[in-house]
Amino acid sequence: MMRKIFTPLAILTALMFAYAPVMIANALFESTMGLVQKIFYFHVPAWFAMFTAVFVCGAASAVYLFKGRPEADRIAVSAAELAVLFGVIGLVTGPLWGRKAWGVWWQWEARLTMAFLLELTFVGYLLVRKYGGPGAEKLAAAMAIFGMANVPFVYVSVNIWRTLHPQTTVVPTLGPGMRGAFWFCVLAFMLLFALLLTLRVHLQEQRATLDELYLAEEDGAV
Amino acid sequence: MVKRLLIFVFSIALVARAFGFQPPAGQGGFEPVTGLPPSEQISAAPLLIAAYAFVWVAVLFYLWTIWRRLNKVEQEMQALERRSHTR
Repeated sequence: MMRKIFTPLAILTALMFAYAPVMIANALFESTMGLVQKIFYFHVPAWFAMFTAVFVCGAASAVYLFKGRPEADRIAVSAAELAVLFGVIGLVTGPLWGRKAWGVWWQWEARLTMAFLLELTFVGYLLVRKYGGPGAEKLAAAMAIFGMANVPFVYVSVNIWRTLHPQTTVVPTLGPGMRGAFWFCVLAFMLLFALLLTLRVHLQEQRATLDELYLAEEDGAV
Repeated sequence: MVKRLLIFVFSIALVARAFGFQPPAGQGGFEPVTGLPPSEQISAAPLLIAAYAFVWVAVLFYLWTIWRRLNKVEQEMQALERRSHTR
């Protein structure tokens, strides 16, 4: 099923990303920030994709921890990589926006610091998977569940603490001149996330098959 | 006496009001600063272009790493198959 729709979805996503700059250029300017606010159309969808990746990783990790299903572990490690990728996009595009809007690249305030720590959690997950040795999968799975539990705090941090960062009310109250371009970009990023996850899980499956082939060869040699 | 005092106060108020309508005095001197305010310093376009370019570069780089890793795994699988055929 996924293989059949993969190519049309990939083409659709590429077309959406090609058309996104036109939508963004036609969106209205924000009154105080002007042109630089248009980074918002890639910055926020990248965080939406990051949070989705974290939830997928956390849920798959829970299934792996409690049910021991290897396919859930393959999904978890793939989603963790995507969480890091989209997190890096968010952490790079944010300061580019902030440099003009706030006059500084970075502030150690609640939202930015928590987002950075969330990113570090998943970088840590990948490092544990790579260098943790036997049993690292289960340790990493526990890390992913803690990472997932952090997401709501990151999201509401702008409403709880006084920060420079815009609040969560920005998205639901977007005007008609901005709403269309924003949700178009969110859809493009979600499709990109689904496609990359499919590809990455396929790579993990191929690796599992290769491991089985090596084991079969060793058994045959003995 | 009271009448004179009232005229004096009234005329002072008129003069003060007239000065109030004057444009602000010209700048008496220049104050040097080492840095410009942020709004004057940088234009938004390079930051915007850099942000979008980074998204594209990051996604394309990640796609390339997946493609490279998949190729490596497939090559290993083919090598294993060849080894098993030669036995």
